[in-house]
Amino acid sequence: MGPPARVWSVALHGVDGVPVEIETVVGGGIPGVHLVGLPDASLQEAKDRVRSAVVHSGRAWPNQRIVLALSPATLRKTGSRFDVALACGVLAATGAIPADRLRGTALLGELALDGRLRPVRGVLPCLLAAREAGMVRAVVPRAVLAEAALVDGLDARGADRLTDVLEWAAGERELDRAGPPDTAGHGPAVPELSDVLGQDDARRALEIAAAGGHHLLMVGPPGTGKTMLAQRIVGLLPELDRSEALQLAAIRSVAGRLGDSAPLSVLAPFVAPHHSASIAALLGGGSGVARPGAVSLAHRGVLFLDECPHWPATALDSLRTPLEEGEVRLSRADGTVRYPARFQLVLAANPCPCAPPVDRDCRCRPDVRRRYLARLSGPLLDRVDLRVQMSPVTVLAAADERGEDTATVRARVLAARAAAVERWSADGWRCNAEVPGTVLRSRFLLPPAVLAALQARLDAGELSARGADRAMRVAWTLADLAGAARPGPADVDAALYFRDRGAA
Amino acid sequence: MAAKDELGRRGEDTAAEYLQREHGMVVLSRNWRCRAGELDIVATDRDRRLVVVCEVKTRSGTRFGEPAEAVTAYKVRRIRGLAREWMAAHRLPWAEVRFDVVAVLMPPRGPATLVHYPAAF
Repeated sequence: MGPPARVWSVALHGVDGVPVEIETVVGGGIPGVHLVGLPDASLQEAKDRVRSAVVHSGRAWPNQRIVLALSPATLRKTGSRFDVALACGVLAATGAIPADRLRGTALLGELALDGRLRPVRGVLPCLLAAREAGMVRAVVPRAVLAEAALVDGLDARGADRLTDVLEWAAGERELDRAGPPDTAGHGPAVPELSDVLGQDDARRALEIAAAGGHHLLMVGPPGTGKTMLAQRIVGLLPELDRSEALQLAAIRSVAGRLGDSAPLSVLAPFVAPHHSASIAALLGGGSGVARPGAVSLAHRGVLFLDECPHWPATALDSLRTPLEEGEVRLSRADGTVRYPARFQLVLAANPCPCAPPVDRDCRCRPDVRRRYLARLSGPLLDRVDLRVQMSPVTVLAAADERGEDTATVRARVLAARAAAVERWSADGWRCNAEVPGTVLRSRFLLPPAVLAALQARLDAGELSARGADRAMRVAWTLADLAGAARPGPADVDAALYFRDRGAA
Repeated sequence: MAAKDELGRRGEDTAAEYLQREHGMVVLSRNWRCRAGELDIVATDRDRRLVVVCEVKTRSGTRFGEPAEAVTAYKVRRIRGLAREWMAAHRLPWAEVRFDVVAVLMPPRGPATLVHYPAAF
């Protein structure tokens, strides 16, 4: 039995990578491959893939007993991501390739039977973990090289075939590094805000939502531009900084939703699941270790729920915890994972089931009408700061009444956000929506004269304590948008106007 | 006798001869049969201390894999059971047992090659 050969790869647990050391010994028994270290069924199948790929790469497969040990042995390992590492481990153990270049190299990739390298998901979080663990190089399938190159300080190489990897390990050739990142243009064009006709109230609400990170509910008849407006919020939001963009790219990579060409998008995500989506699709789910769902894919962006009264109440209420905590914790058989989920919720609803263009034509019975919007539970609505009634569209031509374009509104939003960041940066909050209520009621308490309207609503029992906090946050956002240092009575009035329960 | 049985027979002859010549073993049984199946070779080692149960796999080529690979987990279980039967049938209450595999490759032309895996399972 020869000395064990060591190669390294990375397992994926949630959105975190876990470095895995693969030891290989060859010899000492009847021929066969034994994979130890909690491999699941898909990893057991790697034996057959690896053997075929090695043979088709023109290398001899050792006719001996091969033991491959994956460490840490207590972590359940799954998937095809270890194929390349297993192949290199076997050949290094027989001395067919030298192990020098494999030391400190994270190997990732699935093998086709003919020796081609196939992409795997979650490369970005895996390589971030590899770098943390002190690895200096990575060899990945070429299809995910652009993603791998996002990790600074790690020499990422891309390969097409197992032969290339083996020749590289032997020092006979070099593998390509990623080209310069494609920064020209940030993906698809963002829809333009001036396309939306009329709806001054809703536009204003959209601007406030974007400036303060507030949740928004739009109620109105179909065809008045609720969905159009919601899609346009992305153009108003600030670009993600590098760490946020990396975090989002890692979530997308784990979900298998990262594009090949320009993986690092700085555009805030916009996720609009259909109302038939399950709780698992919303929050994340799946057997073994849960995969991220819509709330995590919308991290630092917008989760848009159209026709929200048609969503099952359980699905909507399941959003309450991530809304408060900014993350989801999912427990499955193989452990609990946390995914970040700090998203902005945008809801859209018709006022009633019949939903005529003009509301007075409604033919629904009063109780039907009431029940329709009552499907949105009180606790969920309480978390929505801005509620706005859409007005019927009365203009046809866009020429005379064209509203402000995205660039103008965005400039105001960014200025307001900058003011908020300056105020809260010492405490680490990024926008008004993240500031705890206790702070607003103590250090940043407004004078009683300004809060008079709020106090009146509280006394009348029309507003919960959390509702009051939320109204104060909106008031701060309005002040930021107006360029004022502190909100005045008018800002508090406007905040209460947008909170008006009459809209819902 | 079918061609494959003929091949197996020749492989077992080669293996038995090899074990006696190279390892000084004494063959106790060849093709010992009972209801559950057949043991190819049962022998004792040089020191007459161990019972060596030996499975012989013979192939004429590697197109369908190495001979020794054909000893599957199912076959291993069956051989272990057969070894118990053999010991009971020979009134051998207690003895140390070792299970070997001998893989014999017998190409139609050219010399036979033999690989011995002592204590294979």
